Amino acid sequence: MPVRPSPSPEVHLAVALDGAGWHPAAWREPGADAARLFTAGYWASLVAEAEAGLLDFVTFEDSLGLQSTDPAGPDGRTDLVRGRLDAVLVAARVAPLSRHIGLVPSVVATHTEPFHVSKALATLDYVSRGRAGLRVQISERPDEAGHFGRRAAGGDIAGLYGEAADHVEVVRRLWDSWEDGAEIRDVATGRFVDRARLHYIDFEGPHFSVKGPSITPRPPQGLPPVSALASDAAGYPFLAGSADLAHVTPGNADEARAAALALPGAPHVFGELTVFLDDRPEDAERRLQRLDAAHGAAYTSDARIFAGTPQLLADLLLEWHGAGLTGFRLRPGVLAHDLPAITRGLVPELQRRGAFRRSYGAATLRGLLGLEHPANRYAAAGGAGPTRSGAAAAASAPATVAA
Amino acid sequence: MSKPLKQIHLAAHFPGVNNTTVWSDPAAGSHIEFDSFAHFARTAERAKFDFLFLAEGLRLREQGGEIYDLDVVGRPDTFTVLAALAAVTTHLGLTGTINSTFNEPYEVARQFASLDHLSDGRAAWNVVTSWDAFTGENFRRGGFLPREQRYERAREFLATAHELFDSWDGGELLADPVSGEFLRDARAGAFAHRGEQFDISGHFNVPRSPQGRPVVFQAGDSDEGREFAAAGADAIFGRYGTLDAGRAFYADVKGRLAKYGRTPDELKILPAATFVLGDTDDEARELAHEVRLKQVSGATAIKYLEHVWNRDLSGYDPDGPLPDVDPVPGENTVAQGRASVRTHRDPADVAREWRELAGARGLSIRELVIETTGRQTFVGSPLTVARAIDGLVQADAADGFILVPHLTPGGLDAFADTVVPLLQERGVFRREYTGPTLRDHLGLAAPRALAPAHH
Repeated sequence: MPVRPSPSPEVHLAVALDGAGWHPAAWREPGADAARLFTAGYWASLVAEAEAGLLDFVTFEDSLGLQSTDPAGPDGRTDLVRGRLDAVLVAARVAPLSRHIGLVPSVVATHTEPFHVSKALATLDYVSRGRAGLRVQISERPDEAGHFGRRAAGGDIAGLYGEAADHVEVVRRLWDSWEDGAEIRDVATGRFVDRARLHYIDFEGPHFSVKGPSITPRPPQGLPPVSALASDAAGYPFLAGSADLAHVTPGNADEARAAALALPGAPHVFGELTVFLDDRPEDAERRLQRLDAAHGAAYTSDARIFAGTPQLLADLLLEWHGAGLTGFRLRPGVLAHDLPAITRGLVPELQRRGAFRRSYGAATLRGLLGLEHPANRYAAAGGAGPTRSGAAAAASAPATVAA
Repeated sequence: MSKPLKQIHLAAHFPGVNNTTVWSDPAAGSHIEFDSFAHFARTAERAKFDFLFLAEGLRLREQGGEIYDLDVVGRPDTFTVLAALAAVTTHLGLTGTINSTFNEPYEVARQFASLDHLSDGRAAWNVVTSWDAFTGENFRRGGFLPREQRYERAREFLATAHELFDSWDGGELLADPVSGEFLRDARAGAFAHRGEQFDISGHFNVPRSPQGRPVVFQAGDSDEGREFAAAGADAIFGRYGTLDAGRAFYADVKGRLAKYGRTPDELKILPAATFVLGDTDDEARELAHEVRLKQVSGATAIKYLEHVWNRDLSGYDPDGPLPDVDPVPGENTVAQGRASVRTHRDPADVAREWRELAGARGLSIRELVIETTGRQTFVGSPLTVARAIDGLVQADAADGFILVPHLTPGGLDAFADTVVPLLQERGVFRREYTGPTLRDHLGLAAPRALAPAHH
């Protein structure tokens, strides 16, 4: 069984970017810039802020339907953020504008082609020089199924997770379908590639079969990290089998410990929290109440809602870290307010406690997460003894870079 | 009074997986690393080109049951590269080939609408079709689309995507924090398409993009392809860069527009063209010959001949005479994943013509392939090339050209530095971009919304 990296005194931190923030009224807050949600500049500035805070990665939420409060389909509301851009394209658009931070777009496995997803994420890894990750999710929504018209709506959740597991398996096999260094450019023999180092993946499953190899060479990280969230234990088998980064939503330290124990093979188990951060606890509470009043309802979430100071949040994160979580994906209640509170309040607090990096110490997302450059399954099977390419070597070599 | 000078449209195709790309040249760089794409795009933008074009592949080519290894193999994902290029350019149009067979309209429409937002109105879509089971083996839907259905699916795919783009009319997004109205209209994005190929309905979740919808390109020379382009494309990748063939194609395609209520200006005809520049015409010709020898090695010539002969010819000497055996008739089973294989005329006729040509001129296999596979090229000094391009455009053989250099990524540099200034001096090519969007560069009007207005 794969073993998690030995407990580190440092926590890993990611931020979930979605619309104007996770509170439904976030877009109405000062500085929320909601009219610019569909511009590149909006996303570039959020990523720059997260990178200034030395975060491991940002995620970009996505869905194949309009956001809704109704799981069955659009709720007809006009008072909430509706509409979003394709997450992979947003990540690619900001990649050349950032240098260190991981970029992890969400992809819905239920309605997409693993071949397309594999080459898109491999390419994101190229354009970001090794900073891509894949956040995979399933869709149970009938309206999204209706956008594709290929399958009956819904389906049982175990089936959807099973399909997603196959999806991830195919994506990873395609990433491995080119060995590192397969491009030889051998002028003497006229061969551009060594075809012995390209591999058919020959995946056959109940939902799809894929021949391979990928059209895109193995990405710089080899296998970009795959992240997935399960808000309850029903999704844990999927996380255990498919995710490098298993995301869970415990409500307290005991639940955090239980989640970490339930996922012993996952290289990382991240806890998720929605956060409202201010210098005084009562300010954070009051702000949350003000947002709830604007929205007309109390905010609820699958994740723990934290309203307080960065110091109190640091206490909680380190307690959960001690319970076995290796990192956290924070969902800022209001991006315009709570993202800077994370980067300029929480991060320095964690640094003071020796629990967070003071500069980026690796050039790739795998490197930031302490994951080795992965061996290629086909190279191992074929015993071809691949020479590691420059990109591959760079992916695992720690690089000293200024913060 | 003489006719006013036509303005030339120029685009750059990032070279890739074919034997025109000279990967063995010491100046050849990566065709995968982003730096190559960024260099190429910045050069095209420096030269004020209309757009950059990326082709697509969905399965590695094979020949004789093995992955073809003599040309550049592999390429990055089209959408992802174009989105990243939007960050390092400000005006250049970003055109990508996206297949309508192994994709679904909702997802592709989302991706193009997103790209158009993220590039501030510079997205374009080259719609292509495929029917082959070979490519289908990589996808959920599998391989089998009857050949006769490919334009049917493409036509309905494009129409469906347009319905999705038009499901937002552009006035819905209010985002007024004071009133609390994010949308003006809860019906934003509502669509329902019921057709033979697609039966889908719901809500499109990307608001109307800067260009309304991406510019649409189409490639193809068949009667169906020409008609498809005339009916709805903004530009067609022409196949003919010579005067007579170009004028005939140009007249035919432009002549088809009227029945769709369109004017000739609404469809640009842009053939692909390679080029080799030298200080003098003689020098360029010599260089062009060297390039051809690098492009067509002996091994490449034999492989190329197999496309026509549809059989293993590995025992033949590329420096010897053409095979005396006949091509294998029927579906090509030797080469897979190549469009060119499918567009050949009757192989028996081609073989007969080639034998006659080789016999009359004493050509070896390799010399014959070099002779017959050269695409339209502009070869000469910058002035010669500028005159040739301008001449073809003014004579209505084309509206411009999509230039395909033989080197990655620096192959466009000399053209930008030497030919473009000469075209500008002649008053036939822009000195500055006159608008921010690709539609502006191509002189295309904003698209008419197809859907009824919501309010």
